[in-house]
Amino acid sequence: MSTPVTTAPRSRNAGYARLRTPRRPSTVTRPRRSVLLTVLTGLILVYSLLPLGWLLINATKTPGGLFDSFGLWFAEDFALWDNIVATFTYDGGVFARWLGNTLLYVVVGAGGATFLAVLGGYALAVFDFPGKRAVFAVVIGAVAVPGTALAVPTFLMFSRMGLTNTPWAVIIPSLITPFGLYLMWVFAAQAVPRELLESARIDGAGEIRSFFRISLPLLVPGTVTVLLFSMVATWNNYFLPLIMIRDPDWFPLTLGLNAWNAQAATAGGEVVFHLVITGSLITILPLIAAFLLLQRYWQSGLAAGSVKE
Amino acid sequence: MGPFMVVFALVFLAPIAYSIYLSFFRDKLVGGNSFVGLENYQRAMADPQFWQALGRVGLFLVVQVPIMLGIALLVALAIDSGRLYGRSFFRISIFLPYAVPAVVATLMWGFMYGTRFGLVGNINDAFGITLPNPLSPELVLASIGNIVTWEFIGYNMLIFYSALRVIPHSLYEAAEIDGAGQLRVITSVKLPAIRGAMVIATIFSIIGSFQLFNEPSILQSLAPNAITTYFTPNLYTFSLSFAAQQHNYAATVAILMGLVTMVIAYAVQLRGMRKDV
Repeated sequence: MSTPVTTAPRSRNAGYARLRTPRRPSTVTRPRRSVLLTVLTGLILVYSLLPLGWLLINATKTPGGLFDSFGLWFAEDFALWDNIVATFTYDGGVFARWLGNTLLYVVVGAGGATFLAVLGGYALAVFDFPGKRAVFAVVIGAVAVPGTALAVPTFLMFSRMGLTNTPWAVIIPSLITPFGLYLMWVFAAQAVPRELLESARIDGAGEIRSFFRISLPLLVPGTVTVLLFSMVATWNNYFLPLIMIRDPDWFPLTLGLNAWNAQAATAGGEVVFHLVITGSLITILPLIAAFLLLQRYWQSGLAAGSVKE
Repeated sequence: MGPFMVVFALVFLAPIAYSIYLSFFRDKLVGGNSFVGLENYQRAMADPQFWQALGRVGLFLVVQVPIMLGIALLVALAIDSGRLYGRSFFRISIFLPYAVPAVVATLMWGFMYGTRFGLVGNINDAFGITLPNPLSPELVLASIGNIVTWEFIGYNMLIFYSALRVIPHSLYEAAEIDGAGQLRVITSVKLPAIRGAMVIATIFSIIGSFQLFNEPSILQSLAPNAITTYFTPNLYTFSLSFAAQQHNYAATVAILMGLVTMVIAYAVQLRGMRKDV
C-alpha cells in the first residue's frame, strides 16, 4: 500500500512516462486509483449487498420455488407480483394495517423526536442558562442507559396509566433521542453564528422570529440527519412495541413479520415464508429510498456533527 | 429545551427511579409487595443463569466488537484515501444494511443459515457435503455476531469516515513535505485525529452488545434448541418479567446490567481520552 516517496527528478514529459511505467507513488494529497484496494474493499461491498440480493431474488419465488431452487438465482416461475398481492391480501389485509401503524409511529414519533431535539439542541447551543452543564451530563448519561433497563419499568408505569396496547405506548418513548439532541447541539453551535443572532436582536427580531427566519434554514442538514436516524430507529423498532402492544391491530411491520414467521413453528399455523420474505422486502424499501434520496443532506449533517468531540 | 426535558423526565428519569424502587421489593403470593432490601441483588449475585448470560454477552463483546470496528475502520480509510474506483457507491452501499430493521436482517440471515431453503442447504446439496449448522447451539452465538456485524459495519464506517473528512487538508500537505508515506499519515495523522469518533463508536458498540436482544429473540423461532430464555441478560429480563411475572427481580437484573454497561463505557471513555493528552 505504501510506496516510499522517490526523490528522482521529474522529466518534462512526466505524463507520458507515467503512462508506460506508473512509478509516481500514490500520495495522500494526490491519490492514484488502485484496483487492488478497490477489489479488497469490494469484498466488504459484496458482504453488505449479498443478503439484500438474496431477499430480492427470493421475493420472486413461489413457496415451492423457495424450497427447490438455488438461493442466489431465480426460480423458473417469476411470482413477485403474486407475492406482493398475497402479502397485502393475506389475513384480511393485515399487512396494510401494519404498514399504516408503522407510518403513524414514524410520523408522530420520529417527527416529534426531531422537533424536540432541534429545539433542545438549539437552546443548548445558543442560550446560556443555569444548570446547562448538568442538563447536558444527564442527557448524555441517558445514552448509556440500556433500553431494557427502562423497558420493564416503563411498561409497568404505562400499564398503570392505561397506555399499554395503545399507539401512545410506542410513540411517547420514541419522542426522546438523546443522541439526536447531542448531534443537534454540536451542529447548531457551528451552523448558527452568534453574531447573526446579535444583529437580528438589534434589528428588533424576537427570539422566536429569529429562530424561524434565521436559524432554522441554517439547521436544515442537521435536522435532516436527526430526522433520518430517528426515522430508522422508529421504523425498525421491535423491542418497545413487543413489550407494549398485544393487539395485532396495533402491530408495526417488524412485529407483524415476526408473527408471520413464528406462525410456522406453532402447531396448526400456516407456513407463509414467502410472505415473510416479500413483506421484509416491502418493509426495507422506503428507508433505503429515503437514505438514497437525502444522501447529500444527511452526510453533510453527520460530517459537521463529528467535528467537535 | 423545556418540552424536551418534560418528555425526557417521563420516559427516562421516572422509569429509572421506579425501577430502583421495584428492585427493593418482592411480590409475595400472600400479602402483596413487601420491602426486602437488597435481597433481589443477593439473589442475582448467586444466580447462575444471570452469570451465564453476562458471560455470553461479554464473550460476544470481546470478539465481535473489534472485528466489526476493525473492518469499519479499514473501509473508512480505504474510501477516504481517494484510491477507490466509485467511492460514493461504496460508501452508500456498505451503509445500506443499517437501514434494514433488525427483525428483517435476522429473518433474512436466519433463512440463509437454514438448511431448508437457505444458502447452507444449497451448498450442502451442490457439493454433497455437510457444513456445520450455523443454528446449532455451538455456533449460534457466532452466527448472531455475523448478523450484528453485517448490520453495523456501515454505520460505524460512516462515523469514522465523517470524522476523517474534516481533517484539515493542510495537515496532509505538511506530512507529505516531511516525507511521510500513506501508512505513516494514517498512523500519525488520521488515527489520532479520529480518536474521539473511535471512542464514541466503541462505547456505542459496548452498549449494543450488552443490550443484545432482537437478534437472539427472533432467531429463537428458527433455532429453538440453541437459544435459551436466558441467552442474554436482556432476554433474561424479558422472560422474567413477561413470562414469569417476576417484575421486581427483572428490574434488579436490568439495573445491574445498566450499572455494568455504564461502568465499562465510562472506563473506555477515560482510557480513550487519556491518550489524548
